[in-house]
Amino acid sequence: MLEQIDLSQLNWARGQFALTAMYHWIFVPLTLGLSFLLAFFETIYYKTGNEKWKFVTKFWMKLFGINFAIGVATGIILEFEFGTNWSNYSWMVGDIFGAPLAAEGLFAFFLETTFFAVMFFGWDRVSKKFHLISTWLVAIGSNLSALWILIANGWMQHPVGMAFNPDNARFEMTNFWDILFSPVGVSHFVHTTSSSFLVGCLFIVTICSWYLLQGRHVDMAKKSIAVAATFGVIASAFVGFTGDESAYTAAQVQPMKLAAMEGLWDGEVNADLVVLGIVNPGKKPGDDSEAFQFDIKLPYLLSLLANRELGSFVPGVNDMVYGNAEHGVVGAGEKITIGKEAIHQLALYKQAREKDDQVGAEIALAAFNQNQKYLGYGYLEKPEDIVPNVPIVFYSFHIMVALGTYFPLLFGAILFFLYRDNLTEQKWFLRLGVFGIFMGWVASEAGWVVAELGRQPWAIQGLLPVSIAKTNLTTTTVQMTFFMFLIVFTTLLIAEVRIMLKQIQIGPEGE
Amino acid sequence: MGSLDLSQLQHLWWLLVSVVGALFIFLTFVQGGQGLLYSLAKTEVEKSLIINSLGKKWELTFTTLVLFGGAFFAAFPLFYSTSFGGAYWVWMLILFTFILQAVSYEYRKKPDNLLGAKAFEVFLIINGTVGILLIGVAVGTFFTGSNFTLNDFNFVTWHHPGRGIEAAFSLFNLSFGLFLVFLARVLGSLYLTNNIEHAVINQRCKDAAFTNLLWALPFLLYVLISLLVMDGYAVDPNTHIVSLESGKYLTNLLALPVNGLSFLLIGLLLVVWGVAATRFMGSRKGIWPAGLGTVLVVLAIFAIAGYNNTAFYPSKVDLQSSLTIYTASSSHYTLTVMSYIALAIPLVIGYVFYVWRLLDAKKLTEADILVEGSQEKY
Repeated sequence: MLEQIDLSQLNWARGQFALTAMYHWIFVPLTLGLSFLLAFFETIYYKTGNEKWKFVTKFWMKLFGINFAIGVATGIILEFEFGTNWSNYSWMVGDIFGAPLAAEGLFAFFLETTFFAVMFFGWDRVSKKFHLISTWLVAIGSNLSALWILIANGWMQHPVGMAFNPDNARFEMTNFWDILFSPVGVSHFVHTTSSSFLVGCLFIVTICSWYLLQGRHVDMAKKSIAVAATFGVIASAFVGFTGDESAYTAAQVQPMKLAAMEGLWDGEVNADLVVLGIVNPGKKPGDDSEAFQFDIKLPYLLSLLANRELGSFVPGVNDMVYGNAEHGVVGAGEKITIGKEAIHQLALYKQAREKDDQVGAEIALAAFNQNQKYLGYGYLEKPEDIVPNVPIVFYSFHIMVALGTYFPLLFGAILFFLYRDNLTEQKWFLRLGVFGIFMGWVASEAGWVVAELGRQPWAIQGLLPVSIAKTNLTTTTVQMTFFMFLIVFTTLLIAEVRIMLKQIQIGPEGE
Repeated sequence: MGSLDLSQLQHLWWLLVSVVGALFIFLTFVQGGQGLLYSLAKTEVEKSLIINSLGKKWELTFTTLVLFGGAFFAAFPLFYSTSFGGAYWVWMLILFTFILQAVSYEYRKKPDNLLGAKAFEVFLIINGTVGILLIGVAVGTFFTGSNFTLNDFNFVTWHHPGRGIEAAFSLFNLSFGLFLVFLARVLGSLYLTNNIEHAVINQRCKDAAFTNLLWALPFLLYVLISLLVMDGYAVDPNTHIVSLESGKYLTNLLALPVNGLSFLLIGLLLVVWGVAATRFMGSRKGIWPAGLGTVLVVLAIFAIAGYNNTAFYPSKVDLQSSLTIYTASSSHYTLTVMSYIALAIPLVIGYVFYVWRLLDAKKLTEADILVEGSQEKY
């Protein structure tokens, strides 16, 4: 199997998945956030009967529809890309990973798309109440689809509820509920959806700030921004709590990711939390160079956040690469040796089975079971392979946290100015508000960079490296599809932005 | 359900995948309608009527395709990894046409859409023709086989530089694809006749349904005759050894009299009946018998491809690498869990049907398009 490793093709395949996923993620958080905001607007219309809220709802619904279409277009490829570009992965974990994807299609997508049609075409065809229910069902359906795919992604970060079947060399599901209620999956879901609500709120803040600066559609803009800022404050609280929970679970099950997030090369008792820093880009595992060119740290806080216990030890990159006997950290070198033994025994087991050698098979299987804990490590070449790109993960994490801290302040200030009834006079503040959605996108994409780049080299944490998970394709083939996606998605994105800007310029109809 | 053994679950899941596949082919009336856009509509208003009518349904087809992929992934992951990873280009091109479709309804008429309305209409036509043709080509390989081998770890190696595109050069696969294209156009015409209240369009749809049925027939006949005489990929249920067997698919048709031969014949008759009733008796409801007929025909095709100890995704290069419902499936536990999840299928079909009826209770008219501030959004 090792001879299949082709780093050049692997990197293009990873690049293609990253490209398609990051394009998709421009639109998805808007769908998740705006769908609930539409439901809020329409509920107010339903309760008050005030036609102005209907105009508010219909205006944002129009922008929602433009965004939704390209979200669907960029989304379909992701599901099938697991098969096309990661076929070995699809086979090895399809027994587990396929179920959430199928459930997503059945439970979420149909709900979303069926009632999407009612939401757009049903204003005069169904009752007010049924229309409102449909809008809520679109919001619930959209977020349910996020649930299933994030449960699947959470499983990739922390595989549970499964066992390796040596007869067909794949992982098989043993407990569906363990997968569904995995703490990593659940915190992943709540953190991602609540941060997407923020992005939806920021989209409205941006457009309304622009309207208020222009003195256009003032009443609609004030109504919209009030609801968005309120929802934004509530969502921010969830983002904060679940962010803490995500970091805690990362410390427990993906300590290398946490070390990269914090640029922690050498583990410490009472480790400090880096608030701000410039990492040394040339630092390599095992060298003596400084980790940071500049940093500001809060003492002890990383130990507290990672283990919820002062005086605790947080392992650094070097501890996990080379081991730290004092703190009971097994090094990657030792794990690789054990993993290679597991692979060797698996091959012996298969040979014995083919020869109908029952005794030989039992011996090999017993030896395999003894070593299979580190099976995935057996596919790595050297201990340093377990280290992700520390600078990118570090900066992405800190940008995300900084922006995540800024957003509730922004929403809070909007509510404050609305309460004082002088938001329209705060020109400087509204100019800041116009940048809201762009900051939201940066934070949201940065979050995915932390989650996905932080777990490299693993497709499935500890079990399956990306080098084995990929499809056996030529580099040229993947390069061709990479550029096809780049051209098509960029063209569609430009079209979407132009259409969106034009609709924003036109503003709500019939106001 | 928990008491079903692995083989029963494998058969059940082949049936469920077949049902989703059959519903998808029925719903390709959207693609058929797209492909006929320029021949059914001669004015902008007529075009808008057709686009708005199909626009209420396109996501249903799209979602069914996604579910079809998801169901295959969950139930037969080895097919997912072998076919998608192996026949890379054919699947990529299919997906590209669906990417183009997904934005076209929404963006076509919007100001400042970069490419102009015509480009998005062409995207819809590409999806309606090339997309469906390639799906037919891909399904055709269920019978003609593909160029792959699997190693000890079930990792796929593809033995043709075309990476799946080579399948389009088989007359059988191409005929299968063209049959699906014309079938989709028949269904599209019948759906539009049912959904739009417009004398000129209705007449064109009735003519188009009939003409496209005539176009579909030679390809269908070629596919059916080939199926009856070609060698098939049989699998020994005990040893799992795959071998070529002459007349295998004919044997399957006769061995599965209920869901094989009768489904196929009744299905084809229902499609013909739907078209004939529309073309010669002025009916507007031909989509329903033709839709049901399509579902039955596809179920029959999937049945003879996967049941009765047949390799449903055969390898031409190495017979023993061929996939059967036994070797390609998920584990007993996963199939059981998925079966509980699948209990939601009737509920989903129920609310989709309810909403369909609700939205289509009032037929689409020219006035709906022309009226100021119309809710017809495309």
